[in-house]
Amino acid sequence: MSGRRAVIAGVATSDYPNLPGMSEHAVHAQAASRALADAGLDWSDVDGFATTGFFPMYAVGVAEYLGLRPTYFDETNAGGASFEVLVEHAAYAIERGAAEVVLVTYGSVQLSQMGRTLGTGGGGGGGRMAPGPAVYDALWGNTLVGSYALAARRHMHEFGTTTEQLASVAVTMRDHAAHNPQAQYREPITVEDVVSSRLVADPLHKLDCCVISDGGGACVVTSAERAADLPRPPVYVLGGAHATTHHMNVSADPDLTVTAAAMSGPLAFARAGITPADVDVAQIYDSFTITVVLSVEDLGFCAKGEGGAFVADGGLGLGGRLPTNTDGGGLSACHPGMRGMFLIVEAVRQLRGEGGATQVPDARIAVAHGTGGMLSTGATLVLGREAP
Amino acid sequence: MTEPTVRPGDMHPLPEVPGERPPKPRPAPLPDPESAEYWAAARDGRLLVQRCEACGHHQLYPRAVCVVCHGPVSWIEASGRATVYSFTVIRQNHSRPFRDWMPYVVALVDLEEGPRIMTNIVGCDPEDVRVDMPVRAARFDRVSDEAGLVLFAPEG
Repeated sequence: MSGRRAVIAGVATSDYPNLPGMSEHAVHAQAASRALADAGLDWSDVDGFATTGFFPMYAVGVAEYLGLRPTYFDETNAGGASFEVLVEHAAYAIERGAAEVVLVTYGSVQLSQMGRTLGTGGGGGGGRMAPGPAVYDALWGNTLVGSYALAARRHMHEFGTTTEQLASVAVTMRDHAAHNPQAQYREPITVEDVVSSRLVADPLHKLDCCVISDGGGACVVTSAERAADLPRPPVYVLGGAHATTHHMNVSADPDLTVTAAAMSGPLAFARAGITPADVDVAQIYDSFTITVVLSVEDLGFCAKGEGGAFVADGGLGLGGRLPTNTDGGGLSACHPGMRGMFLIVEAVRQLRGEGGATQVPDARIAVAHGTGGMLSTGATLVLGREAP
Repeated sequence: MTEPTVRPGDMHPLPEVPGERPPKPRPAPLPDPESAEYWAAARDGRLLVQRCEACGHHQLYPRAVCVVCHGPVSWIEASGRATVYSFTVIRQNHSRPFRDWMPYVVALVDLEEGPRIMTNIVGCDPEDVRVDMPVRAARFDRVSDEAGLVLFAPEG
């Protein structure tokens, strides 16, 4: 392939996990300022902007708040997987010459707004639910955790996956979070701690569920040419792809044991010209422990049904087959609602050798894989430190 | 007429208790042109599924066209027989009335005709529900003038 190559020239996270004094938009602004400073660029260099949130024309509104007048913008909403999609799109825009510098931001103050109670996304009673696919699940008192629990139960039934195997994902994430001073929870936990924590929706326990946080992040996508005289080593966007299987109703998902990653993963790897064996470090959306088990199978890091053994054998740990979520993930470090941006930031830091105590030695290729909705969307981004 | 007994997982309307907040009813769907007949049938104790007039595919939720061949669809009555595809026991939900019904079973069941739907499994201990268990449409709870919800119970 000839022509311009898209690179990530700067990344940042905002403060997290608890920001009682900040608005959602202020989190965007803080992360954006830091990412631009990291890239050695100025606000005036930005001609493209991407973000997403939960009301229409969200990106337009945040652009206005930030004083931007972009000639490229994007707010594709794939839930937690959105930011992998937005960076994939930004790369296309850069390579097509439709933009020079695309700023991608995320911000949320979910924890401060909602309080510390674990939200389960259950439909409220006594009212009337508007027509649409979501009512066909919500009317029976299903919850967000319940949707993932249904997937976990089916996976256990088909493949013999155990609650202890699921729990090992949470244990590994906590091990990584111990090295992240910003992480929401850093005290070590054991498999026994997870399986003896309160059941929220069988078979998922409280410690199988992600934390609820405030926070955000940002990255700057530009061309390799533009990045050549910028301070940070560029990280190449080698390939990306995204897919969807259903909306917010898991009853419409034909197979709860196979996610959209089974489509987005192989496409992204083919576009990047790599295989799963080439991946040195992964950042995989961990809304729940089962999400990671399904993703490592569907992305091809192990066979379908072997995800439980893969994660229980230390596969996700430092020194394991696929060091994953080196910042502690959504299960321990930070989950403000749509975590996809954090996956990209941590992947870039690993490829730049800035991973600190959880740095994967000589990491050359990283994968950020987002999952959104109720296992509804998957978006895979392959990043590398060398030009393809 | 006997008062319904409140047992874990049965999800019967809760009795009013003097001096306490009145119990909330189950949420009801707002019918639209595609779903009105489905909800009304469930109110009257019948479970409908859509059948494609072109390719014979059965589907739920209700749509204006067949999801396989995009042909026209019409309604048939389902047998009510199904098997549990997956289930969970909900032990945390702050929304009423579900909060008062915990623990209760949310399940995906595969109807004999093919479609998979969300429902509750009632009439048994939540701990006794299993994947692949045969179940039948056992209860139709009226939730509004226009709509009912189908609940399932173990077969036999």
